[in-house]
Amino acid sequence: MATRGTVLIDSDRCKGCQLCVHVCPQGVLKMSEGYNAKGYHPVMLDESENHCTGCAVCAVICPDVVFTVFRMPVKRKGRPARQALAA
Amino acid sequence: MAIATLSTEKPPIEAMEVVYKRPESLAEVQTHYCPGCTHGIIHRLVAEVIDELGVREKTIGVAPVGCAVFAYQYFNVDGCEAAHGRAPAMATGLKRVMPDRIIFTYQGDGDLASIGGNEIMHAAARGENITVIFVNNANYGMTGGQMAPTTLPGMVTTSSPYGRDVKTQGYPVHITEMLAIMPGVAYASRNSMHSVAEIRKTKKAIRKAFEAQIKGLGLGIVEILSSCPTNWRMDPFESLEFIRDHMVPVFPLGEYKVHDELKRRK
Repeated sequence: MATRGTVLIDSDRCKGCQLCVHVCPQGVLKMSEGYNAKGYHPVMLDESENHCTGCAVCAVICPDVVFTVFRMPVKRKGRPARQALAA
Repeated sequence: MAIATLSTEKPPIEAMEVVYKRPESLAEVQTHYCPGCTHGIIHRLVAEVIDELGVREKTIGVAPVGCAVFAYQYFNVDGCEAAHGRAPAMATGLKRVMPDRIIFTYQGDGDLASIGGNEIMHAAARGENITVIFVNNANYGMTGGQMAPTTLPGMVTTSSPYGRDVKTQGYPVHITEMLAIMPGVAYASRNSMHSVAEIRKTKKAIRKAFEAQIKGLGLGIVEILSSCPTNWRMDPFESLEFIRDHMVPVFPLGEYKVHDELKRRK
């Protein structure tokens, strides 16, 4: 599947609870080997097998607001992209 | 913040639109909650609703005693701390002195259902125009997981090591059902945190509870079944499954009371 979205991860906020890893439908999140400032293994994006679609399910379940989610603007037939409308 | 993506085929992040970001009503501080505690999710939902309704500058939060005792530090709104269980009483005072403000209380089950049972009942009976966020995690989380009024029958806690025996310790308290029959209550709903879909429903419920207050219809309460991985001795995802499998059958989800004026809006 083509790349459609991505997440920005604020690693220092992450407490390593892994809720996002369990709910991610694409399975692109995993825990990193290293530690963050709090001493937890923070979550990281691993797109080696699959790609993030920017569905924001991880952001909905994250208790610590670690994620900022981005998605490519959807282009529909006969209608300009949402971003173009806003501009 | 670090961009955690290394893929070269990915379009630049500037070309994408932001679909989710931190709500402005949530302060830029880290919370003290345990990893996987759903308090953080509920804080975020409340902040998102305050943002969406555009009432941040006139909202006052009342924090409880319990795990959420520092809630006033985590919201970018005015806040104050009430004595144990007395948040509805303090919210009553705030709302009556400043009726143009939006007042919400954020309480746990040890605070609202136990010592504050009297306060919430009478705030509801008086029909106070406030919003109550009631987080039910079936134990006293802050003090080490003792049995609460909402503890499930047979559930092991530090003060009921053989499980809650209903013959001597009684049955769980169903606050939302009790409040729903009161005429002063405009909105009463029980929601859960056990899945993404339920979290989205919870946000809608919180929004309705705030709208009830904005329209002046009466008290709005949202009870939220929440997890306590540390005191339940489970990992965070397992504790969400415990909510789904064990708490939801005892505390049925759904809207118990919706004021007619809230129903019309679809």
